[in-house]
Amino acid sequence: MRSETFKAALISALLFLLAIGAWHLATLPKESVALAGADAEYAALMGAGAQQPGGFPPPVEVGRAFVHYLSDPFYDHGPNDKGIAIQLGHSLARVALGFLLAIVAALPLGFIIGMSPLLTKALDPFIQVLKPISPLAWMPLALYTLKDSNVSGIFVIFICSIWPMLINTAFGVASVRRDWLNVARTLEVNPLRKAFLVILPAAAPTILTGMRISMGIAWLVIVAAEMLVGGTGIGYFVWNEWNNLALPNVIFAITMIGLVGMGLDAIFGRLQKLVTYRE
Amino acid sequence: MSQHFLQVEGLAKRYPAAGATANPPVFENIHFHIDKGEFVCIIGHSGCGKTTILNVMAGLEEATSGNVFMDGREVKGPSLDRGVVFQNHALMPWMSVLGNVAFAVKSKWPGWSRDKVEAHCTQYLEMVGLGQAIHKKPAELSGGMKQRVGIARAFAIQPKMLLLDEPFGALDALTRGTIQDELLKIVLATHQTVFMITHDVDEAILLADKIVLMSNGPYARIAEIVEVTMSRNRTRAAMHHDPQYYRTRNHLVDFLVNRSRNYAGSQADDGDARHPPVARPGLKSDATDTIDYLNRRAA
Repeated sequence: MRSETFKAALISALLFLLAIGAWHLATLPKESVALAGADAEYAALMGAGAQQPGGFPPPVEVGRAFVHYLSDPFYDHGPNDKGIAIQLGHSLARVALGFLLAIVAALPLGFIIGMSPLLTKALDPFIQVLKPISPLAWMPLALYTLKDSNVSGIFVIFICSIWPMLINTAFGVASVRRDWLNVARTLEVNPLRKAFLVILPAAAPTILTGMRISMGIAWLVIVAAEMLVGGTGIGYFVWNEWNNLALPNVIFAITMIGLVGMGLDAIFGRLQKLVTYRE
Repeated sequence: MSQHFLQVEGLAKRYPAAGATANPPVFENIHFHIDKGEFVCIIGHSGCGKTTILNVMAGLEEATSGNVFMDGREVKGPSLDRGVVFQNHALMPWMSVLGNVAFAVKSKWPGWSRDKVEAHCTQYLEMVGLGQAIHKKPAELSGGMKQRVGIARAFAIQPKMLLLDEPFGALDALTRGTIQDELLKIVLATHQTVFMITHDVDEAILLADKIVLMSNGPYARIAEIVEVTMSRNRTRAAMHHDPQYYRTRNHLVDFLVNRSRNYAGSQADDGDARHPPVARPGLKSDATDTIDYLNRRAA
């Protein structure tokens, strides 16, 4: 088992190095074209900017971007120049807020729907129609009604996180084992105790699966939302660097998005393990 | 109206059919009673509605017609007065053994302090021989131990009556034997009133004062009530030395194998469903046994 983990890590590292190597080879400067004839003069006129003629950045340059941004992640030089940690912090704060609001709405509602087959049927068409709507499609409505880009971003996170949570909570609550409910009934357990001590723990693994899916979607959506609304956040950073044509920074940001997403998923994986019970 | 501790009157259950035609009742005209401190087992083939009867007595299910009275009051809905041990133990897997029992105890006595609840639970868990395992999760226990926790949970709330739905059905013979002994010991000590479903004839003879025999469903009803006349302090080890044991056992097996079928589907008579025939096969002498046997062969 241990040796297998070690071997897997070794293979991962090898693949990583291989990919970087291939990337390096693919982006080696093609010397003859750039230095031909009178272009040397043109290049001199254009100054340092002409040294990198818009090609895909080699790994070394991206590495430099990594070092640059990670060496000082918290700086703040005005609205268009903030450290990566600050940008990520803005995104995470939006996601957290939208996600928390979704929990506050989805858990009680999911509980009620899960308890009542009638409500399940009655609300099903609404959920089925609302669920597949891209959260970004809500953006114009949100901007118009909420009149604040930041709040709209949070709303978009809310609306995309709510569905998996709602559906999983309802499903988890509805499929609590009959036996456990019967035990609670024969013990004349009051509804509140039953909800918190029997139904909630019984449905918790399913609910957390829903939350994990929601968090995944929320982190996907926040990047797109911030590209639209601008201002702050990792999505805005990506868009800004694209406008600057600073591809190394874009690649750096993409990597960061991936790493943070992985971290978020790991947290929920941990939580899931915590509430999962073995029968 | 009811001089008995528990009285079941005219119980019937009919499940709704898919089409317009009504399903025949699973059972009907079920009358019997249990006195305080009595241990009653019910035996019958699958599908005769034993579990439904138990659930109605527990208040978990409603009968189509008929009533159950306990202590002079009609049973309407579940109550802490009736402890139930479920067929597949029904422990909450996210709680420890102690937590499972404590959940029940706190439901019965919400005002108790934590220490008191814990001491009470521990006492009952020790009674079923689980003093060592109180902090384990149910998943870490064997099937027999889980069922013991279920029994401890039911006893711990000190119900007026205990309902057991085939509690040892899923256990191997050895485990089953030890738990039967423990149950017997506890019931003798606490004078608990018990109603229990079982498929095991020996189990019924060991534990019960009275065995209710159900005919096959649909239209199942009580075919006979067999009184176990052997002394109350019988043990599993010595029971089969008692001549009454074989007579009772033969009577029961004979019913299950041969006679239960004859009652099936018979909607007729039932003039005396309120007073099903009572048999005391243990008290018969061998001579009457033989005569019985010969009579039956001749018929």
